[in-house]
Amino acid sequence: MKLDSKLPSGPLHEKWDRHKADLKLVNPANKRKHTIIVVGTGLAGASAGATLAELGYNVKSFCIQDSPRRAHSIAAQGGINAAKNYQNDGDSIWRLFYDTIKGGDYRSREANVYRLAQLSVQIIDQAVAQGVPFAREYGGLLANRSFGGAQVSRTFYARGQTGQQLLLGAYSSLLRQVDLGRVTLFSRREMLDLVVINGKARGIIVRNLVTGEIERHVADAVVLATGGYGNVYFLSTNAKNSNATAAWRCYKRGAAFANPCFTQIHPTCIPRAGHYQSKLTLMSESLRNDGRVWVPKKKGDKRHPNEIPEDERDYYLERRYPAFGNLVPRDVASRAAKAVCDEGRGVGEFGQAVYLDFADAIRRLGIDVIRDRYGNLFDMYERITGENPYEVPMRIYPAVHYTMGGLWVDYNLMSTIPGLFVLGEANFSDHGANRLGASALMQGLADGYFVIPYTIGDYIAGTELEVVSTDADAFKEAEDGVKQQIDKLLSIKGKKSVLEFHRQLGEIMWDYVGMSRNAEGLKHAIKEIRKLREEFWQNVYIPGDSRNLNKDLEFAGRVADFLELGELMAIDALHRNESCGGHFREEYQTPDGEALRDDKNFAYVAAWEYKGDGKEPELHKEPLEFEYVKPTTRSYK
Amino acid sequence: MKKMTLHLRIWRQKDANTPGKLVSYTLNDVTPEMSFLEMLDVLNEHLVAKGEEPVEFDNDCREGICGMCSLVINGIPHGPEHATATCQLHMRHFKDGDTITIEPFRAKPFPVVKDLVVDRSAFDRILAAGGYISVNAGSAPDANSIPIPKEVADEAMDAAACIGCGACVAACPNASASLFVSAKISQLALLPQGQPERKRRALRMIEQMDREGFGDCSNHAECEAVCPKEISIAHIARMRREYMKAMLC
Ligand SMILES: Cc1cc2nc3c(=O)[nH]c(=O)nc-3n(C[C@H](O)[C@H](O)[C@H](O)COP(=O)(O)OP(=O)(O)OC[C@H]3O[C@@H](n4cnc5c(N)ncnc54)[C@H](O)[C@@H]3O)c2cc1C
Ligand code: SF4
Ligand code: FES
Repeated sequence: MKLDSKLPSGPLHEKWDRHKADLKLVNPANKRKHTIIVVGTGLAGASAGATLAELGYNVKSFCIQDSPRRAHSIAAQGGINAAKNYQNDGDSIWRLFYDTIKGGDYRSREANVYRLAQLSVQIIDQAVAQGVPFAREYGGLLANRSFGGAQVSRTFYARGQTGQQLLLGAYSSLLRQVDLGRVTLFSRREMLDLVVINGKARGIIVRNLVTGEIERHVADAVVLATGGYGNVYFLSTNAKNSNATAAWRCYKRGAAFANPCFTQIHPTCIPRAGHYQSKLTLMSESLRNDGRVWVPKKKGDKRHPNEIPEDERDYYLERRYPAFGNLVPRDVASRAAKAVCDEGRGVGEFGQAVYLDFADAIRRLGIDVIRDRYGNLFDMYERITGENPYEVPMRIYPAVHYTMGGLWVDYNLMSTIPGLFVLGEANFSDHGANRLGASALMQGLADGYFVIPYTIGDYIAGTELEVVSTDADAFKEAEDGVKQQIDKLLSIKGKKSVLEFHRQLGEIMWDYVGMSRNAEGLKHAIKEIRKLREEFWQNVYIPGDSRNLNKDLEFAGRVADFLELGELMAIDALHRNESCGGHFREEYQTPDGEALRDDKNFAYVAAWEYKGDGKEPELHKEPLEFEYVKPTTRSYK
Repeated sequence: MKKMTLHLRIWRQKDANTPGKLVSYTLNDVTPEMSFLEMLDVLNEHLVAKGEEPVEFDNDCREGICGMCSLVINGIPHGPEHATATCQLHMRHFKDGDTITIEPFRAKPFPVVKDLVVDRSAFDRILAAGGYISVNAGSAPDANSIPIPKEVADEAMDAAACIGCGACVAACPNASASLFVSAKISQLALLPQGQPERKRRALRMIEQMDREGFGDCSNHAECEAVCPKEISIAHIARMRREYMKAMLC
């Protein structure tokens, strides 16, 4: 395997334009003769499906849920960044680029990130034209807020439902193409394998989740937009159906997996309440604009928060990071919360929480302003915890939220398998070792609306695409493999539920491959994951059969893949002997506990190649060069 | 932690073609902090441990935004809490010893798939008949080129908040989809971008709604009462006006 990132030459700000000018075009009359499979209908998949159909391609669109509109993107709350500089506060494409590179701790490609910043501007135009009701000022122009520590106001939002509104916009464009006959929807389908013919991605195998039927679908190219793998930790802010299966099966077919250990732990989530806990709920980061984070100075202080006097509180973010205070980036805020809890100063029933306090903000701005800004978030908090955050500080704790790692792609968003393109959270492309708030929505839509329509055309125009049908041997082989796995899973008839295996895997991942890692713990995790995987294949119990809706069976396949991916994440974390972004290795820190990056040895993308079950994956390195931004120590002090 | 005992009566149905029935279960280890769906997870773990088939129910985000969860709880779509989707309902709203009846969203255009899971793809087909603004990627003007008064944008957002869950249909004695359809028609009719296709949109979406077999609206307002996003029936009135105007010219 050779990694060729295909980065265009020329000055940074001209790269994308020059590249577009060099890309081959498909004759408009021929486009409808080409079928493109798009797996996933989140922001990335829906925008890609709609746009490719607008260009005239014949698109088949797949998703797990009963409707494309329910993809996990719908849950994004806070907002979407764009370098519009409508606020005249010094924002620019350069600044968004710079913030993203720095925020990612210098582990992403300059060219990709610059393109993302350039395209951000068009995304807002597109969304508004679709009827996305972004927040507005009284003068009728779009409102912005500052988000997640950005020092400019560049975040566009639609109340606390930005992801929903952007997704409904993309979904409506997708449905328009359904109406026009250029997109066919395949809902309640799960992709279980990629079909590769003559070295090119030519189709997929899916299971119809209602009838259990295994279907073959053929195409000229496959676009994967299946989201992130945060659910490998069992408890995360991701939707229950979010999973890594499609990406993982592509990895096993030859697509390199990049930086799997780069996961983002979001600092402001509602803490776990009990063993039955099924997921964690994010409280939008925007809360940190007005809320102050603190814990008691004394260990094990069990007093009611409102009874703890001011001078016995430790506003530890303000203390440690005077310049950014409560607005430090996510990874920094999460680690700091863990540190005070590890010291025994955590609050709540399990001592695994810190306070996020609005008392000062309410005094300063009045309760109405706070209600106007965060009302729905406060309601959500109260609904879940039964506590009123207007009166009692919120309790929050970090939770797994996003995965920066993903399938490796070149500048064209093509994986190491020709014809397999990967978009959105499923790829690794733009966020380096840490993603900035409000940047995932931007990336998903940039990929789908504005990158893939150009680059896929170049691939189709420049590639010899043999005529293939679903009768090809490769389809049969892939389908047989899928069926065998399903039969095997059902035949084990062991004693332990899929859920229990998933929970156990999650605990290993959270304890050893979570917020902070060390070599010993990672080695232990690898051993434990292997043991658990072995037990899974001998002792899992799946009720029912494969001939109708069977969620346990669906989840079993996903957990089986998580049990392999988890190991790769630990291997990657173990090999990366540095701390950067979301990857914090305890051995590599400064005396005052800040991350210690090693640019000399680790300024590269780690792309792992599958070598067969039970074999060590092979590491390929894509060096990262910084021509425009000089890597410095990220300091938020 | 306090434990509650609950008596559950749950609709079990193998598939669309097999008749279903209510089956009783008792759960002893429910805590008030659990969400309703976590309570069902616990039930399912017990069932699986006994080698029985778990109860299938749709869910995904568990945050009240994806619209995937459904369930009619004690006769009310999404249960007793106002403006709350099933996945956001917590067990602290129930009492030790309660009997809870759980059924699927029922409506002819929402056939049961299995147990509590129904097929709501009719909603996709209605939206595909016009619930969009025709704009290709790349052709949009600058986002601030059309100012929209804040009140109008806010009202459009109120309508756009619909999560497409279908509770309105399940609550309606006529199985009308008017609240859902009107929310989209209203959102786009309010915005300047939605004007060019306004008439065509109203006509086509309403025709598709009829074709899918949803009933007529006769102002029961049950839909508004159960809607987890508090979509107002004022949108239905606007939809009627839109339809009349579109028919007249
Ligand atoms: C609670 C929460 C809040 C967030 N808030 C923000 C925010 O404010 N701003 C921001 O920028 N980002 C935010 N994010 C991150 C952002 O929402 C996601 O990164 C982004 O939406 C991912 O989009 P996507 O299109 O890549 O994938 P997804 O939206 O996850 O979509 C995945 C799609 O793939 C399909 N799929 C998956 N596997 C298969 C398979 N095997 N076969 C068939 N189909 C499959 C699914 O059905 C789905 O349609 C948030 C994330 C969370 C969890
Ligand atoms: S109008 Fe309300 S009840 Fe009906 S689908 Fe939308 S959110 Fe659900
Ligand atoms: S599960 Fe998403 S709205 Fe209830």
